[in-house]
Amino acid sequence: MRRRKTVLVDADILVVGGGMGGCGATYESRYWGRDLKIVCVEKANIERSGAVAQGLYAINCYMGMHWNENQPEDHVRYARNDLMGLVREDLGYDIARHVDSTVHKFEEWGLPIMRDPKTGRYQREGKWQIMIHGESYKPIVAEAARKAASEIYNRIMVTHLLMDNKRANRVAGAVGFNVRTGDFYVFRAKAVIVAAGGASHIFKPRAVGEGMGRTWYAPWSSASAYALPILAGAKMTQMENRIVLTRFKDGYGPVGAYFLHLKTYTQNAYGQDYEPIWFETLKERVGDYVNRHPVPTCLRNHALLEEVKAGRGPIRMVTKEAFQDPHKETVGWENFLGMTIGQAVVWASQNIDPKEINPELTTSEPYVMGSHATCSGAWASGPEDYAPAEYQWGYNRMMTVEGLFGAGDAIGGSAHKFSSGSFTEGRIAGKAAVKYVNEADREGPEVSEAEYEKLKKTIYQPLENYKIGRNEIVAGTVSPSYLLPLHGLQRLEKIMDEYVGGIGANYTTNEPLLNRGLELLDMLKEDLALLGAEDLHQLQRAWELHHRVLASECVTQHTLFRTETRWPGYYYRADHPKLDDADWHCFTLSRYDRNSSKWAMEKAPVYHIID
Amino acid sequence: MPTFVYMTRCDGCGHCVDICPSDIMHIDTTYRRAFNIEPNMCWECYSCVKACPQFAIDCRGYADFAPLGHSVRVRREEDKATISWKIKFRDGREKNFVSPIRTTPWDSIKSPSEYAAPSAEAMKSQELAHEPESLKVAALPALSRDRFKQGLV
Repeated sequence: MRRRKTVLVDADILVVGGGMGGCGATYESRYWGRDLKIVCVEKANIERSGAVAQGLYAINCYMGMHWNENQPEDHVRYARNDLMGLVREDLGYDIARHVDSTVHKFEEWGLPIMRDPKTGRYQREGKWQIMIHGESYKPIVAEAARKAASEIYNRIMVTHLLMDNKRANRVAGAVGFNVRTGDFYVFRAKAVIVAAGGASHIFKPRAVGEGMGRTWYAPWSSASAYALPILAGAKMTQMENRIVLTRFKDGYGPVGAYFLHLKTYTQNAYGQDYEPIWFETLKERVGDYVNRHPVPTCLRNHALLEEVKAGRGPIRMVTKEAFQDPHKETVGWENFLGMTIGQAVVWASQNIDPKEINPELTTSEPYVMGSHATCSGAWASGPEDYAPAEYQWGYNRMMTVEGLFGAGDAIGGSAHKFSSGSFTEGRIAGKAAVKYVNEADREGPEVSEAEYEKLKKTIYQPLENYKIGRNEIVAGTVSPSYLLPLHGLQRLEKIMDEYVGGIGANYTTNEPLLNRGLELLDMLKEDLALLGAEDLHQLQRAWELHHRVLASECVTQHTLFRTETRWPGYYYRADHPKLDDADWHCFTLSRYDRNSSKWAMEKAPVYHIID
Repeated sequence: MPTFVYMTRCDGCGHCVDICPSDIMHIDTTYRRAFNIEPNMCWECYSCVKACPQFAIDCRGYADFAPLGHSVRVRREEDKATISWKIKFRDGREKNFVSPIRTTPWDSIKSPSEYAAPSAEAMKSQELAHEPESLKVAALPALSRDRFKQGLV
């Protein structure tokens, strides 16, 4: 094997992932830890990385407390309602009480936030959303993180966390490789904050040719937010709570501004409002939850899915009325150009001018994430001042592994944080990590050279597999000895689609399907040892696939465990078609044992803020 | 719309390689110019298009669903703090939009260590950096443990 250089980096706090959560964590760690060495490591370039790489046209989590628009309790009730009763209200409240300070800082840094010309307040898109000119949202936030960090390492794919030599449940750092130079990196840190991305491309996307990259969530969100803590033995929560998005067809252009600000609305192919019909029948499945306002995101998906199944598609967004107003037309287009340029391209290519044609909507394939209208992620300790005892075992946002913190997609239970809330959660984790480093474990952990040397061999194995196997065949992509990362990805997407409730199965699964899916995932996991990577780019793809597969297995285990259909419109357990509050008004928790490859499942109680 | 690179405009500077979040803009070893090595992992985020000093990168809508003949061109000007778009439909219609991208000079954000160091009291409190001032309310809201209960609401 070619000798790879090993680069050792010591840090007090290591931030894995430089998206919104990671930039928040880096900034805040520096504010409180003036003398600490704070290192942020990112697989791309923090200037344009993470889910906000292409920009945003709205900030979806802002209270407006100083204008008395909303209070944190209101946001908790909203998120709880949208997630069918199950959110970590302590975590959600914590983000909501801090998020305004984050947004005010963004504005001070130079993010153009639109103002209502009459009131002078931020221009509301909806109750929680404010409108921004956010093309440079990420570069602005990255600038703040760059000013704060001791060092930023771009283009390093973190593959594994390192554990302490003496204490099995204490994190000690992380390892990865430089995608450009191929050097092996060992980060030794007293605290680690995982702020990596959620998961696209675990379920088969609707477009499978060139367009497979036009997933709704970024294709570079490769489930590292989950795989890294799972492998370290952290407990995960609500991993079954995948999200399905109703979006404009093919480009997955956002609908929020259209519904809330432009006041466009949906109808079936025959011009009818279809939602009330299906809400009526939903009562048998979910009872009173369908009568709540606003109607939960998953239930609105359900109505659309049923209407399409009944043969009255396509569903269209009625834009022709609103777009006669030139201001609204501009908002409608700029909304896409600011955050989903691909939708503008789809419309330009198909001659769809929403002034003249009502565009089609569709439902996406499922994604796993912790920051949108869904809350998959690690089980984290809550805020010190009020979290119930069962939600508190250490520092705020510390996972069940000592010294391991998280933010954004990595933390479960705190739905509806979006970009501003993810940055805020990073700040919360950053301050807590500084406290942890200063108070709890001043000595820090010990990294074993044997452990990282073993990982080094594992990490570069796909390059070896390719080099050796490639000699067996004349040319092409078919080898009996190795699988290319794309082969493995497509097998994963097919398994998840057919057995775990993807688009091909109408988002439906059951116990026998899930068990069969787990058998096939097991074989895929075995085959991952035979991945072949032609170059360093493919090596990155190989490790992204590793992360996606482990996260998918976790999703499948959770889906099997929760024997109810809690979120119709996101997925259906056909063998348990109703919501079951008697048995399942609780969180699902899993823990993976990396030695035995076994999963342990348990329930955890839900605490609500007394109304 | 996966990106592609015009042969006569690209000078191989590598800005696109440096910025691409998906690591798919690479330099072709024969022509010493950039190209998209993996169009099916392109999110159409336009990071490379915006970063290209030669305007050598463009997008052609995904072959699976985008008929040919369209274009969405962009010019991002940091000195003017604007972004300008030109959308051309397949049938030739055009739409143009210009938006601001930043209200302050680039590189003007202060490091958090340029602010006065926080007190030990502040460290113990639940407040984050710049709070409560940056909240613009008198104090950070808080709950008490007795406000939580199990059961249905």
